[in-house]
Amino acid sequence: MQIVVVVRQPMLAGRPARLDDADEIAVDQARRIALCRRDVEVTALAPGPAAAAATVRRALALGADVGVHVHDARLPGGDALAISRVLATAVQRVGFDLVVCGCAPADAAWAMVPAMLAERLGVPSLCFADTLRVGSRTVEISRPEVYQAALPAVVSVTERCGEPRYQRFSAAARQPVRTWSLADLGLDDDSLAEATTVVAAMPMPRRTGTVIQGDPATAAGRVADFLAERQFL
Amino acid sequence: MTAVLVLVPAVDGSAFALLTLARRLGSPLAVACGPADDVAVAALGRFGAASVYSVSSTDFDRSPVAARVEVLAALARRRSPAAVLIAASRTGQEVAARLSVRLDSGAVGDVVDLRADAGGPVAVQAAGGGSGRVESRVVRGTPVFAVRTAAVTPSPAPAEPAVTRTHFALPSRTRAARRLGPGQRPSLATADIVVAGGHGVGSRAGFDLVGQVADALGGAVGGSHTATELGWCPRNAQVDQTGTIVHPRLYVALGISGSVRHRAAMRHATTVIAVDRDPASPIFEVADLGVVGDLHEVVPALLTEIKRRRSSVAPKPATTPRRHP
Repeated sequence: MQIVVVVRQPMLAGRPARLDDADEIAVDQARRIALCRRDVEVTALAPGPAAAAATVRRALALGADVGVHVHDARLPGGDALAISRVLATAVQRVGFDLVVCGCAPADAAWAMVPAMLAERLGVPSLCFADTLRVGSRTVEISRPEVYQAALPAVVSVTERCGEPRYQRFSAAARQPVRTWSLADLGLDDDSLAEATTVVAAMPMPRRTGTVIQGDPATAAGRVADFLAERQFL
Repeated sequence: MTAVLVLVPAVDGSAFALLTLARRLGSPLAVACGPADDVAVAALGRFGAASVYSVSSTDFDRSPVAARVEVLAALARRRSPAAVLIAASRTGQEVAARLSVRLDSGAVGDVVDLRADAGGPVAVQAAGGGSGRVESRVVRGTPVFAVRTAAVTPSPAPAEPAVTRTHFALPSRTRAARRLGPGQRPSLATADIVVAGGHGVGSRAGFDLVGQVADALGGAVGGSHTATELGWCPRNAQVDQTGTIVHPRLYVALGISGSVRHRAAMRHATTVIAVDRDPASPIFEVADLGVVGDLHEVVPALLTEIKRRRSSVAPKPATTPRRHP
C-alpha cells in the first residue's frame, strides 16, 4: 500500500525545519496506518523552494519512509488550481492508494487543494476528517458525520485527529530526498498559468477579546448574540 | 443579465446571504439540491432568486459532494454564468474545489464580500485567520466562490422566481465518497465544540450545569486539572497539558482561571468564551468573549436564552426544518 503525505513549507519564515501542525498530524496518521500493516510505504511529498527540503526531512523524522521534494523556480505560489496540478502529477508518478493532506484552518487556498487533487486524480475525496480509519479496501472518516470511500482516495485531516507521537531519529532522517523539477514531471508553463490574481491585500487590526461585566441576564444575552453571530446556535 | 449560480445550502440565512451577494453580479439562479417546496421557493424569491432550479435525487444524501458537483458542472456548461456561489461549509468547500477543477476555473475560498468590477467580480477574503483582508479576482474560467455566509448580512429584494423541476441520478459506476450516517457524539479530542468547567463550578452537582451547556451546543464536556482532581468529572475528560489537548472551533470555559497547563491544552481553539468570577483570571487574556460574573447566575440565564432563541423561528422568515448538508 502506497501512502503519499502532502506536506508544505510553513508560511512563517525563520522556522524552516517545522511543519504545520495539521501536516505533522497527516504524517503521524500515515505512520499509524503503517504500524498496523506490513506492506505500507509512506512517501512525504513537498512542493516548494529550497527550504522545503527541510520540511521533507522533518516528515521523514516523524515517520515517512521516502521523501520527494518538488523544487522549481517556476513553481506556482498561491494558486490552488496550479498547485493541485503539480501535486497530481507528482502523486501519480509516486503511485498511491491513499493521499493524506493536512488542512490548516487559517489557509483558505490550501483548504481546497486536497479536493482539487482528488478531482484531478479521479478518485473520491474525504476532507476535513476529525478521525481517520483505513481498512484493506476502504477509508472511513468522521467529521463527525461518517463518510466512507473505496481506495484509492484522498483525505485531508484536521488537527483534531490526534497529537503526533515523538519524532524518531532513525535512519530515515538521513535518507536521501529525491528532488524533482517541473521538467522532470513533464509540466510546462502553460498548464500552470494562474487562475486567480490578488488585487489588493491589507492587514486588519489585531482582534482583541471583549470582557463584559454586570447583570447576568444581560451578559447571557451578549453570549447568546456572540454564539449566534458565529453560527454556533 | 447573466445568471449567477447559487448552490442553496439550506433554505435559511446562509442561502439568503448567498443570494444577496449574487444579485450584485447578475441574476441569481438558485440551485436547490433536494426538491424545493412552495414555501422554500417563496423564501428564495424574497431574497432575489430570479429562477429556482429544483433538483430531486437520492444521491444528494448519499454522495453529497459528487452529486452537487455533477449538477453544478452541467448547469455551468449550459448557462455559462458570471460566477458560482457556494457556502463555505465543509461540504461546500469540497464542492467548490472539485467544481473549479472540472471547469478549469479559478476558485476563491473564505470569501466574506463580493463586488462587481469592470474586470470581473472581486472577492474579499479573510486571510490568515482574520488578521488581514485580501482582494482577489479570478482570471480564468467561471469564478467559483466559497462564501463564509456568517459574514454577510442578507437583505431582501423580492422577485418572482421561475421554477424548473428536474430529477438527477449519478452514473451508476461513479466512484465517490458515501455518507454513512450522522456519526456519534464526538470524543473530547476530536470535538468541534468543547465546554469545560473548573474550580469555579464549586461542586460535583454544579458540574451538571457544564453538561447542560454542552448538550445545548452539541459539544463534549471537559474539566480542568482541579475539577478532575476533586472528582467532579472523570479523569479522561481532563483538558490539560498531561490530559487531552483539544482543537475545537468553540471552547467555552466555565469557572476556569486558566493556568499555564490548561491554556497549553486549549490554545488551538478558534473561538474562546470564558465565564469566571475573578476579573484578573488569565483565561480572559485568551478569550474572544469574557464574562466576569458568577457562572451559577450567568449559565442558567444563557441556557434559557439559547432555548428561547431555538424555539422562536421568528427572525428568519420561512425556515424549513429540512437541511441540505
